[in-house]
Amino acid sequence: MTTATSASGLDRPRKRFADYLETALPKIVLGPTLLIALFFIYGFIIWTGWLSFTDSRLLPRYELAGFVQYVTLFENERWWTALRNLGIFGGLFILVCLVVGLLLAILLDQRIRAEGILRAVYLYPMALSFIVTGTAWRWILNPGLGLQNLIRQMGFESFTFDWIVTPGMSIYTVVIAGAWQSTGFVMALFLAGLRGVDDAIIKAAQVDGASPTRIYTSIIIPSLRPVFFSALIILSHIAIKSFDLVMALTGGGPGFSSDLPATFMYTFAFNRNQIGLGAASAIIMLMTVVAIIVPLMYSETRRGHLGR
Amino acid sequence: MADTSQTQTAGPQWLGRAVLYALLVVFAVYYLMPLFVMITTSLKTLDDIRAGNLVALPEEISFAAWVKAWGTACTGVECNGLKGNFLNSVSFVVPAVIISTLVGAFNGYVLTMWRFRGSDVLFTLLLLGCFIPFQVILLPMAQTLGYLGIANSIPGLIFVHVVYGLAFTTLFFRNFYVTVPSDLTKAARIDGAGFFTIFWRIILPLSPAIIVVSVIWQFTQIWNDFLFGVVFSSGERQPITVALNNLVNTSTGIKEYNVDMSAAIIAGLPTLFVYVVAGKYFLRGLTAGAVKG
Amino acid sequence: MNLTRKLAVSACVVAVALSACSRQEEGGGEVEVLHWWTSGGEARSVAELKKMLEERGDSWKDFAVAGGGGETAMTVLKSRVVSGNPPTAAQVKGPGIQEWAREGVLANLNSVAQAGDWDNLLPGVVSAVMKYEGNYVAVPVNVHRVNWMWANPAVFEQAGANIPTTWDEFKAAADKIEAAGFIAVAHGGQPWQDSTLFESIALGIGGASWYQKAFVELDEAALNSPTMVKAFDTLRMVQSYIDKDAANRDWNLATAMVINGKAAMQFMGDWAKGEFTAADKVPGTDYICMPAPGTAGSFTFNIDSFIMFEQKDESAITAQAHLAEAIMDPAFQEVFNLNKGSIPVRLGMDLSKFDQCAKDSSAEFASSSMNNKLVPSWAHEMAMPPANKGAMFDVVTAFINTPGMSSNDAAAGMANAGKL
Repeated sequence: MTTATSASGLDRPRKRFADYLETALPKIVLGPTLLIALFFIYGFIIWTGWLSFTDSRLLPRYELAGFVQYVTLFENERWWTALRNLGIFGGLFILVCLVVGLLLAILLDQRIRAEGILRAVYLYPMALSFIVTGTAWRWILNPGLGLQNLIRQMGFESFTFDWIVTPGMSIYTVVIAGAWQSTGFVMALFLAGLRGVDDAIIKAAQVDGASPTRIYTSIIIPSLRPVFFSALIILSHIAIKSFDLVMALTGGGPGFSSDLPATFMYTFAFNRNQIGLGAASAIIMLMTVVAIIVPLMYSETRRGHLGR
Repeated sequence: MADTSQTQTAGPQWLGRAVLYALLVVFAVYYLMPLFVMITTSLKTLDDIRAGNLVALPEEISFAAWVKAWGTACTGVECNGLKGNFLNSVSFVVPAVIISTLVGAFNGYVLTMWRFRGSDVLFTLLLLGCFIPFQVILLPMAQTLGYLGIANSIPGLIFVHVVYGLAFTTLFFRNFYVTVPSDLTKAARIDGAGFFTIFWRIILPLSPAIIVVSVIWQFTQIWNDFLFGVVFSSGERQPITVALNNLVNTSTGIKEYNVDMSAAIIAGLPTLFVYVVAGKYFLRGLTAGAVKG
Repeated sequence: MNLTRKLAVSACVVAVALSACSRQEEGGGEVEVLHWWTSGGEARSVAELKKMLEERGDSWKDFAVAGGGGETAMTVLKSRVVSGNPPTAAQVKGPGIQEWAREGVLANLNSVAQAGDWDNLLPGVVSAVMKYEGNYVAVPVNVHRVNWMWANPAVFEQAGANIPTTWDEFKAAADKIEAAGFIAVAHGGQPWQDSTLFESIALGIGGASWYQKAFVELDEAALNSPTMVKAFDTLRMVQSYIDKDAANRDWNLATAMVINGKAAMQFMGDWAKGEFTAADKVPGTDYICMPAPGTAGSFTFNIDSFIMFEQKDESAITAQAHLAEAIMDPAFQEVFNLNKGSIPVRLGMDLSKFDQCAKDSSAEFASSSMNNKLVPSWAHEMAMPPANKGAMFDVVTAFINTPGMSSNDAAAGMANAGKL
């Protein structure tokens, strides 16, 4: 607890007065969480950082060895593929989820008959783990077994959909399955946002003769800004951590063409007994996250009232 | 959005509605496709599956795979299906969800109603914690749990899930409480109500909607978790996802896809149930403020 | 808040106490065994081991973690060792044994080994893998042969082709098979399958002594040699007979293609036999098991083994010795390997219950061991440290998935991977 108090910039000795306790109470309540965050998140990051400067292989070792791991990392072609894929996957995944999620929310918001059922249909993928759905997707996307085969049997002989077996395209199938899993949640966020928009403003706009399209583009969607931000944070968090998704769908293949940094890190640290190299890749990953998320959060907190 | 304008302006009303419903159905088909494949496969016989098209309908419907997945499939030396692991999962998911939600509620309360200098920075730091890939923390966490003496135990597993769930629950509650007018608590404070009194009497009664969101989110995350479950649990206490993985994965054995799929659906039933049944409250909770800034 | 924390802590204390109690209740020693044999015949095989231990008065705590040929299990094992309570035994093989021994966490099994006369029962190649600095630290379970070719004779007959014994004959046969409308080679495009295929090709092209130099000694000259280039050329040729949809196909689906008569042959270790048996196929008539072209007389082995971790508790040490003993027991070796499709690791066992493929395998195991043609399978982690193996996987997989990549580049890549 004392650490928590000093961490928040107050280093006065504790007194037994009830009113003093009252002012300290919020910090005391928050204390355990802060300690936990400090130790289990930031402490572990420092630990990983240290390992990235060692020659750890099978198990962690703590003698420093300089920047060797980082040099090896950036000489590794597979790492570059993983980074490039994170760009493609992250960008497209977030974009598709936002666009489709918003579209579905707007469609569902038109006083639809079976809204409850449709909503459940769009939401259920979020409830299933990818260990479960990965195999089903792999079959659907497999040209010989799934969709391509099905449509060819229906008579469209030239239909081709073989991204999952094509190096360079397989990462896009990861986007398809990833978006399938997460758009429902984004839709729910947007739907909640839409229901929260003040009816009076919309009515006023309708009275002024604004077309529905215009009402959406210039009134409703801009008012959803905080929702966009929430969705963006959650989606980028999913994108960066995507691991099960890739493992179950493509196994990082064909070859290592659909590797992501998370799968790269895991493979090297745990399967290839190169913990030092894995740690170095984790640190680069975290630095990338900080470089993207922190400015985003900063600008957003500046903009609104200290909320998000 | 084009169709929305159609609904209300262009053409007769029914045409717009038709397009609207058509679009919704097309999306629904896309979303249901994997579930369809899973269910049809689980009802096929192994010969039927070997014979060819994995996406086709079963030739004859058989529930044998379901029975096997629940009761007799091997997940290790024991061949008792998933039924035992189901309870294992419940035994740590429930406490972990309750603890992380409760602590998240208190955190959100402090971060909005009892702000102090630096509390926003602390919140940002906590939120950044969401982004740490879980693979990174496996080894240091194992070491820490070893020191604490709760390695490979259910309490250890609960602890890990609470620690890494806090960032999200705190986020949910904070964003919800931001929308609660501060006059409410100010008035109570002038009346001399203390920290806990205000929480129990004023804040908590306002919170059912957001509690539902937090519980649903945490429940699905923890129930579906594989990585922590496999690393921080021990032998017979393995959660259902680990048992599912053991059942589905085989290095050199025969793959019984029908049993795999049945097992997968069984493992997903509780979360599916929660989403379908509580979906309405989930949306209500989100509307209530989780998404407002 | 304070209250909830107290509650949480006391809940922890109670739960920990309970689990400790339950541990003390059991008499005799307890073994906790980490393995990834979780399904079908494999699980039945391990259950046999459990039974034998229980007969000796010990209890078995199962610790099964499947996935990716033990990759997930290795993650779990590391965490367990780091947290300070390793299991009694864990399924680890090949050079991995040496890596764990180097960390100083393994138990010395010499007394059990001497009592059981392991030095005479195990081929020298095998016991060398099980020892670290002259002491036994691991126990072998079985021997898989990797360089098998599984063929559907009906397909060959319909195509009018002969089952090939060299890679040149392979090309001629594959052309006829394709012309007759079949897929020549059933394959799954996963890195380990790519490398399994390449390994058999390399052995067929370069022979056992070159293989030993390149993949075991990691000799740079052998790795970046004309032989390696030729092996990659052959891989490219074989690849052209694999259907386009092979990416990320599970090996058993590929086997099913051979069983169903969609494809003519598959290059896979002897675990593929289980699929044929499950489909009620008989070796010799419905399917044929033969060494991969050019590898007759040679044998790439893949041995499963258990490493034993150092134990503090006296009863645990005894139980561990029992476990080691039980694994080498002829009765267990027979039951286990009948279930798993492999052959016993002990020499001189009665094989009357085994099928023809296993008998062939066993005969070649013995003869190749005499002729120095018994080599470890590098694709199955028997020959080199995981870091090198992983880097070579990357090269082979990149070669298969990059149509323009030249064999020379690939050979250079292999040499690089060997230096890691």
